Amino acid sequence: MSSWPILSLVTFLPLVGALFCLVVNGPKEAVDRNCKSAALVTSVVTFLISLLLWARFDVTKAGFQFEEKLDWVPALNIGYHMGIDGISLFFVLLSTLLTPICILSSWDAVHVRVKEYMIAFLVLETFMVGMFCALDLALFYVFFEGVLIPMFLIIGIWGGHRRVYAAFKFFLYTLLGSVLMLLAIIAIYWQLGTTDIPTAMERLNLPFTWQCWLFLAFFASFAVKVPMWPVHTWLPDAHVEAPTAGSVILAGVLLKMGGYGFLRLSIPLLPEATQYFAPMIFGLSVVAVIYTSLVALVQEDMKKLIAYSSVAHMGLVTIGAFILNIQSVQGSMFQMLSHGIVSAALFLCVGVVYDRMHTREIAAYGGLVHRMPRYAFVFMFFTLASVGLPGLSGFVGEFLVLLGAFKVNTWVAFLAATGLILGAAYALWLYRKIIFGELTKDSLKAILDMNRREIVVFLPLVLLTLWMGIYPGSFLDPMAPTIDKLVGDYQAAIKLARTASLAP
Amino acid sequence: MMLGLESWSLARPELFLAAVTALLLIYGVVRGEVATPFVSVVTSLALLVTAVLLFVPYREGTAFASLFIVDRLTTTMKALVLVGSAIAILMSRAYFERVKAWRFEYPLLVALATLGMMLMISANDLMALYVGLELQSLALYVVAAFQRDSIRSTEAGVKYFVLGSVASGMLLFGASLIYGFCGGTAFVQISRALLEGKGAELGTVIGLVFVVAGLAFKVSAVPFHMWTPDVYEGAPTPVTALFAVAPKIAAMSLMVSVLMGPFKPLFVQWQQIIVVASVLSMALGAFAALRQQNIKRLMAYSSIGNVGYVLLGLASGSEKGIQSVVFYLAIYMVMTLGVFAIILMMKRRDVMVENISDLAGLARSEPMIAFALLIFMFSLAGIPPLAGFWGKLYIFIAAVEAKLYVPAVLGVLASVVASYYYLRIVKVMYFDDPAEALDRPMFSVNRAVAFVAAILVAVFSLAPQPLSLVAAAAAKGLFP
Repeated sequence: MSSWPILSLVTFLPLVGALFCLVVNGPKEAVDRNCKSAALVTSVVTFLISLLLWARFDVTKAGFQFEEKLDWVPALNIGYHMGIDGISLFFVLLSTLLTPICILSSWDAVHVRVKEYMIAFLVLETFMVGMFCALDLALFYVFFEGVLIPMFLIIGIWGGHRRVYAAFKFFLYTLLGSVLMLLAIIAIYWQLGTTDIPTAMERLNLPFTWQCWLFLAFFASFAVKVPMWPVHTWLPDAHVEAPTAGSVILAGVLLKMGGYGFLRLSIPLLPEATQYFAPMIFGLSVVAVIYTSLVALVQEDMKKLIAYSSVAHMGLVTIGAFILNIQSVQGSMFQMLSHGIVSAALFLCVGVVYDRMHTREIAAYGGLVHRMPRYAFVFMFFTLASVGLPGLSGFVGEFLVLLGAFKVNTWVAFLAATGLILGAAYALWLYRKIIFGELTKDSLKAILDMNRREIVVFLPLVLLTLWMGIYPGSFLDPMAPTIDKLVGDYQAAIKLARTASLAP
Repeated sequence: MMLGLESWSLARPELFLAAVTALLLIYGVVRGEVATPFVSVVTSLALLVTAVLLFVPYREGTAFASLFIVDRLTTTMKALVLVGSAIAILMSRAYFERVKAWRFEYPLLVALATLGMMLMISANDLMALYVGLELQSLALYVVAAFQRDSIRSTEAGVKYFVLGSVASGMLLFGASLIYGFCGGTAFVQISRALLEGKGAELGTVIGLVFVVAGLAFKVSAVPFHMWTPDVYEGAPTPVTALFAVAPKIAAMSLMVSVLMGPFKPLFVQWQQIIVVASVLSMALGAFAALRQQNIKRLMAYSSIGNVGYVLLGLASGSEKGIQSVVFYLAIYMVMTLGVFAIILMMKRRDVMVENISDLAGLARSEPMIAFALLIFMFSLAGIPPLAGFWGKLYIFIAAVEAKLYVPAVLGVLASVVASYYYLRIVKVMYFDDPAEALDRPMFSVNRAVAFVAAILVAVFSLAPQPLSLVAAAAAKGLFP
């Protein structure tokens, strides 16, 4: 292992780019150009460095790797502790991959305040990566909530007509959830005297009622982030109003923070409460899968439709996470990664036509296949990936989740599977409306196909989706030891609690 | 009697400040208006020198027959107050020059008020406490009405004076009851009487309630907050900046040393009062500010809310709680000074403006200032990684450890509500279309203060440790 602090480097390198953008001065065109290039270069370099993590990751180990530990606030026993395991590795990569793609995708789409835009995305990247690497509750919280600041600005400054409403709703919803989590973190700190997550995993042993309260507090935060029904209503608004790149990050990474939080904190720290509340989560998730799929069927706005489909897909993720056998958790993780790429790509697809037509109304399009064959192919590819066509990434996650769920609760598996049928219905309906049919609308007759920059944006996503669908082993193998340990520890804790309660 | 050299040397900083103020007063009277710039700069410097004198050489002990106490807590608080006052004076020049009220009395009155604050922070006897408090209050009443040809300013001064006198009256009445039941005004006597169980009668508790009410008025905690929005709005803006910082910190420090000192045995009794005041302040500070249009009024409600958080730290009554109070106040001071430095730069066509809507589009006309204000607003809302988050974290840690679960939950919920109006300012600056641009501020003290404060707030997360050590050392004094 090298002694380089790779995780800190990956986390804070984007800030260097942001600082550079902050001090750039000169005529507007030059500043804009320099900031764009600086942001792109920084984020690409960050991505390349983060690939080192994957290359050097020891797939046989379940524990944390690349650990860094420094004193931060010794007076409160809060440390700067970073490290990744099989669960966080791919989220880090997802964040570092999507950021350069976002920056490239907004190359021509953003004209106002380019400098601030690039700074916001780079700062956002730092917070996202930091959150997935943090192994200290306080550090985790700092990054988790810090994300709100740049995202609030991205939606509010570069968003659509109702951007102010959407930005406030996004911020206040998520903040309300997070502050309750803060209290839960403080309660754990008070019990343990430290905020170190690995220590908490080993030593935290709370009475059942306490676990329930803390679980609910964490749940308030993560459920809003995922988002689970019925606290999902911020998501359609935020997605619709956010600029394309903002939607990509929202769907690709921010939603995963909720799922990651469940797997990293709720389940290992509070096993008994997890078991107790799992049926509630199944209920909410099944409602989410079916209800939001139905809602998606009647949308008139492309982004809103994809937003609702995100809620449905994340419903499968929460089912998988709380079924808690090895297949289901692997499926849940895989579904998150796949959704992170596929829904990000779908939002980028919407962005391609939005940049040309400046409308997201489904009714405003139709027959695009005649003018935009390349676009039609890419859109088809990701629609099918989202529907779960075998051979593409979406299938693997859904299949594993349903397989795991079927072993434990056939009803949950059955109801979740109906969501997939509905998913195919709305996704294909959307595709037909936009791409097929006669090209009758005058405004569309001169529309241009994807240019080279847009192809470069989509190419890595297409390849990755194929890779994940054809050979999921590259992604599942590094996760496996960590997930085995997570599930094993959980079952041991439940068994222990049961014997303790049976003992006289 | 201990009236020897020892006493004088403990009170060295106060004596220095009093002497400089007196000399400058004579100088100002002799030279007239031309002396103002000199007097103001020298007063600020004198305040800073006083702050240095607190530490070089550092001494602890009691003086003047135990009327006066110096320990880590009082020294830290005095340092905060002195720095706050000095910066407030430096920031006020441009404003007063524009309204043609730039007189040499202003810095001197602020210095006298600060002297009063130092005395009350160091008070170790109810009489000393009252004398310090009144010196502070009387100077501040005048300062609030300093722009005397403005109706709003005079009104603010009168309001502050009338309500402040009522509060002082209550405090004095409470003190007399305590004297009657405990047989003394010195903190040690009260403490001894309470510990022996002699004084712990209903009369003492009633007296304590009155004293707390008087102090709650000074820190503007609900339900004694009514004066705050009016006085903040009416007083000249530099004075508002001062009010938001120095007297708050001083009165808070006084509250800590009274409640955690002689009245520690009555913890159970006063804890309830403080918890209620704290929760009400947090709630009122959050909800009442939602509809405000005037940024000074908004800051008034914001300060009420912030006092609520500080009181929550005090209500936990533990060493951590007092640490969190010191920690929070230091961060609060930096944020508030920064915000007011920016408010003092808001002028359009050479007229000061103070509506939130006047900030519209500031992000385009003055990106750096808008960015600084953005940092302060997110910090006040308690969003990490900014400094304000650490203050709140510290407070809530103390509250949870003291098992104040319900107030802690209410507190975080109030902070979510409050974040709405802080965000509104960000929204006006960044999302709204530009209004007519504000005048371009020249490079001034205010700009420097705003930027330094913004940088401190922004990078605080890199090293929260030093401040937490200072706070820990300060709290140690109360828990020998």
